[in-house]
Amino acid sequence: MAVKSAYIAKKATKAGGKPESGSSFTAEEDLDAYKAMLLIRRFEEKAGQLYGMGFIGGFCHLYIGQEAVVVGMQMALKEGDQVITSYRDHGHMLATGMDPKGVMAELTGRRSGYSRGKGGSMHMFSRERQFFGGHGIVGAQVPLGAGLAFANRYRGNDNVSVTYFGEGAANQGQVYETFNMASLWKLPAIFVIENNRYAMGTAISRASAKSEELYNRGSVFGIPGEQVDGMDVRAVKAAGDQAVAHCRAGHGPYILEMLTYRYRGHSMSDPAKYRAKEEVQKMREEADPIEQVKKRLLESGATEEELKKIDQDIRAIVLEAAEFAQSDPEPDPSELWTDVYVTA
Amino acid sequence: MPSVLMPALSPTMEEGKLAKWLKKVGDEVKAGDVIAEIETDKATMEVEAVDEGTLSSILVPEGTESVKVNTPIAVIGEPSAEAASTRPTEAEKPKAEKRAEVSEPKAAAAAPPPAATVATPDPEIPEGTEMVSMTVREALRSAMSEEMRRDDSVFLIGEEVGQYQGAYKISQGMLDEFGERRVIDTPITEHGFTGIAVGAAFAGLRPIVEFMTFNFAMQAIDQIVNSAAKTLYMAGGQMGCSIVFRGPNGAAARVAAQHSQDYAAWYSQIPGLKVVVPYTAADAKGLLKSAIRDPNPIIFLENEILYGKSFDVPKVDDWLVPIGKARIARAGKHVTIVSFGIGMTYAMAAADKLAGEGIEAEVIDLRTIRPMDLPTVIESVKKTNRCVAVEEGFPQFSVTSEIAAQIMTYAFDYLDAPVARVAGKDVPMPYAANLEKLALPNVDEVVEAAKAVLYA
Repeated sequence: MAVKSAYIAKKATKAGGKPESGSSFTAEEDLDAYKAMLLIRRFEEKAGQLYGMGFIGGFCHLYIGQEAVVVGMQMALKEGDQVITSYRDHGHMLATGMDPKGVMAELTGRRSGYSRGKGGSMHMFSRERQFFGGHGIVGAQVPLGAGLAFANRYRGNDNVSVTYFGEGAANQGQVYETFNMASLWKLPAIFVIENNRYAMGTAISRASAKSEELYNRGSVFGIPGEQVDGMDVRAVKAAGDQAVAHCRAGHGPYILEMLTYRYRGHSMSDPAKYRAKEEVQKMREEADPIEQVKKRLLESGATEEELKKIDQDIRAIVLEAAEFAQSDPEPDPSELWTDVYVTA
Repeated sequence: MPSVLMPALSPTMEEGKLAKWLKKVGDEVKAGDVIAEIETDKATMEVEAVDEGTLSSILVPEGTESVKVNTPIAVIGEPSAEAASTRPTEAEKPKAEKRAEVSEPKAAAAAPPPAATVATPDPEIPEGTEMVSMTVREALRSAMSEEMRRDDSVFLIGEEVGQYQGAYKISQGMLDEFGERRVIDTPITEHGFTGIAVGAAFAGLRPIVEFMTFNFAMQAIDQIVNSAAKTLYMAGGQMGCSIVFRGPNGAAARVAAQHSQDYAAWYSQIPGLKVVVPYTAADAKGLLKSAIRDPNPIIFLENEILYGKSFDVPKVDDWLVPIGKARIARAGKHVTIVSFGIGMTYAMAAADKLAGEGIEAEVIDLRTIRPMDLPTVIESVKKTNRCVAVEEGFPQFSVTSEIAAQIMTYAFDYLDAPVARVAGKDVPMPYAANLEKLALPNVDEVVEAAKAVLYA
């Protein structure tokens, strides 16, 4: 898909042409992206399996199909940049470098989970990796993410915050309150709309006016926006670089609409009857983010064996995480009463 | 001849300063002419003439402080017949007298009693400490300013806190001292700016979020409850939220249902939040400073009617009052009266009245609703064997119903009568003056409740 933005295009025209989307990766970058995306894919497949076996309870929202978004964005960030997202958060946690064992153990509600078993799939955090959750209320993470950017500006550092939300959340009122203040105060905030086309079971065209241009949702506030092929990790990284540069330079917030797709249902209990199986199949076959990179790697000289070895290594990491998450004890009953307040 | 009366320029104004006369005796005035400037506790306002004629006499010279609302301040002569009938002086005079009666016990039932000062010294204050008289407003301001001087990560954010100097003047002068980086005016978007403040707190800053009133915080309650209060637990202790949400709460005066609600019980239901409701200026200052330093999210409920009341505040370098500790505001042995915030005005006035009849009431000011200092309440009830709980909030699922339940659980065998409750009435706040008075608790209700539990 082509990068298009009325806002950017206008500026670009003045400067004498549209900026290249910088869509080339070195073989090393491709390999890094491949590994990172494959880890998310295999982890999520395993999570789905453990859910089916009853080890994971409650809501569990898988990220399969959307891996290029968070992996590409993460490649554009530096140490100290913050990340916050919704409840479809496993991919973000792995991409920020959180330990798969700790994430999986949280999914199974065990004591070594990132939240000691008290948060679950939707509520995990890592101060060390600057991952600020994991939020279960649609759209609530958007002002929170702007608040992280506010803290950066307040402290006078050049870090940026990246706030992910779905195209469904893009209709929440607090998103626009946030856009207004983020632009007014020039907050270094990147808003990434992960447009996977369905807000639970509601197709975007049934829920959003002007659904073909969510990247423009900040234009009345003067926030530049860009629509990106979210299935192509190179396009994501290039757009991320541009947004990061804009924010670090103190020009205020930036919106990236990532056109992506989730292969699985909204959550584990969603049979996804609202879309044709063929639609999913077509995306898998023609636009899969991991297959795209794999193809390039093979073309640039990598062998099937090498890639197979990578897959085996990742499967081993995920298997270890899964075994750990099943054998780790549940939290001690005394944990019920801890962490309600910080005791000074 | 029509008198010009001292106008009420805000819902809670009872008196003001006649700052300046802009017309002098003998001047011709037309309706709409600005004739004087009045300073209220919130702002300086202009007074416009309503009648046409000659300013024939000035009754209150400029510079006069504490001029009661409805006091005649000038006379405009040679009125036209029409103008005279528009604002008949005689019709207004009785109104002024009626308001002046409020401090008397009979009429106290009708409105919050004024400016009660707490007679019993606070046992936490060392003997010999110098005290300064300070309004609750000044106390809150000095608490924020002291903490902002002490810690750069503390900042104030909210509507009209900066350039406007605070909708209720709490933050007056703070923009000048701390600048736009730390005193931040927001658009009228509670949900959004509350979320931004909570996010900043996640990142380690210590925001003070001012709500113009807590009624507007309902727009933001998801961020307060779901994001601020629960994250520490959901993160297994990794990531907390040091933040203060403060502003006026409860009924003000004549602002009707949507602007008159007490949220103490609402927020006190939520694990992860602490709920602080000061009554005196000393507590307002000491508790707000403690709240700003506390690593947890704090709901700090103020009251507009108390903002202008003066109390003694200890003159010490760093006046801190611990969160979660009640104060025995008045010692007694016959009946325990428990209240908090503006409810203390009824409790203290009732105790005075009961004392006149030989009944010694012990009055406990809870100060913090969550965590509640139950041991202090229980100890008192074990001594008096009787309890009246007082609040302005709605009666169902309220702070006083919680107090009654706790006393039943922990002091059942000590009770000589069921716990009595005096709360706001179970109706949305009406606008009409007489109905509003009926909707709020009053001193006589507290006195009657005390007598009922004493079978007196």
